[in-house]
Amino acid sequence: MNTLFARGPSLINRLLLALVMSMVLMAVDIKMDGFNAVRMYLSSLVSPLQYIANLPGEMLNWTSQRITTQQKLVVENNQLRAEHMRMSEALQRVTFLENENAKLRALLGSPVRPEVKKMVAELMAVDNDPYSHQIVINKGAIDGVYEGQPVLDENGIVGQVLHVASTNSRVLLISDFTHAIPIRVVRNDVRAIASGSGQLNALLLDHVPHSTDIEVGDVLYSSGLGNVFPEGYPVARVSKIAHDDSQPFATIVATPVAELDRIKYLLLLWTTDAPSQPVVKKEKAK
Amino acid sequence: MRIRHYAISLSILAALMLQIMPLPILVDKFRPDWVLLVLSYWTLALPTRVNVGIAFIYGLFLDILLGTTLGIHSFAMSLVIFILAANYQRLRNYSVWQQAIIIGVMSSLYHLVVFWLQHLLTDIYFIFDYLWPVVTSMFIWPWIFLLLRKTRRQLSVK
Repeated sequence: MNTLFARGPSLINRLLLALVMSMVLMAVDIKMDGFNAVRMYLSSLVSPLQYIANLPGEMLNWTSQRITTQQKLVVENNQLRAEHMRMSEALQRVTFLENENAKLRALLGSPVRPEVKKMVAELMAVDNDPYSHQIVINKGAIDGVYEGQPVLDENGIVGQVLHVASTNSRVLLISDFTHAIPIRVVRNDVRAIASGSGQLNALLLDHVPHSTDIEVGDVLYSSGLGNVFPEGYPVARVSKIAHDDSQPFATIVATPVAELDRIKYLLLLWTTDAPSQPVVKKEKAK
Repeated sequence: MRIRHYAISLSILAALMLQIMPLPILVDKFRPDWVLLVLSYWTLALPTRVNVGIAFIYGLFLDILLGTTLGIHSFAMSLVIFILAANYQRLRNYSVWQQAIIIGVMSSLYHLVVFWLQHLLTDIYFIFDYLWPVVTSMFIWPWIFLLLRKTRRQLSVK
């Protein structure tokens, strides 16, 4: 008869070994920065699993693309054309204003704002771990992605790159509990820090005194002070303010302008002091 | 048959994929603990082949795939599988629905341990939504049990 655990250490010893090893791993993962490289290899190792897990969704997308009616495509095409028209008109104005701004800044002797490099990335997977808000995108170290890189969608800031693997990387969303981003109120340049609340649709402004002039509906832009996010991208809109006099600070809740629950395409930004440069494949470059 | 040597690993890999598959946000919080369910079945059926060691390894896989601090899921998974492996003779004699209740208890222990470890590391709050997977795991256990038992008998995995 095949008795249980005839060979090897006993069950309780195995458990103790597993628990001790888990705790050592936790300690090492948190305390040692050098461990990130190991993590990168491990993530690259398991990325085939992620690609396969993504297949059913991709197939659904593909089928729905194939069976859309012509009428729907025509409608969409018209919409996009109109959008393109509006955007290119706005772009013309922006180029003019940018030039003017650069000239004025040169006259004042302040540094001209440099242009940032960008790359479009696609969402690969969303983590279902309810305790942390992370997503996986399909660009990695071979595309020049670096840790701490700002990530945007078409509406505003989404988050920053947390771990880089060779062909994909992991993005920490601004709504994650461990994330905070320096912001500025557009209306009056009040500075604050917006930290994640653990819920996708809420950021909390930390340590804002009751007397600060912030109103519901105020738009918050990144202030660029942390040297992670470039200045001037929309982050959130203030949705609720509660003044409780027993509390030392006001409770201010803001809703992210980026649609964190329906991300599909993302924009990676390379700031001027980025440690790496974007690598664009030749055949894709236009 | 060659496939019977890989039946266990293949079923666990399938569970890992189901665990990380992107789902709409509405359904996402009800996702059952696929890996825990499949590992529990193999632990109860073949405790000589699947026990704490395998649970530790696949817990680590989960940590890497989910991007959590390494060691959190492996800790919780080893603990839960240890309890099942230590009591497998008693649990095998229960009816499927009684087992489902035990699995529910194990799944909530698993989620609470993961939450507790995360709480130590990042101080997150507890939301009751975190425990939805316990309910779905309980209801899905009989089907997983029947499916895997059929596979095991047909391929005569030992």
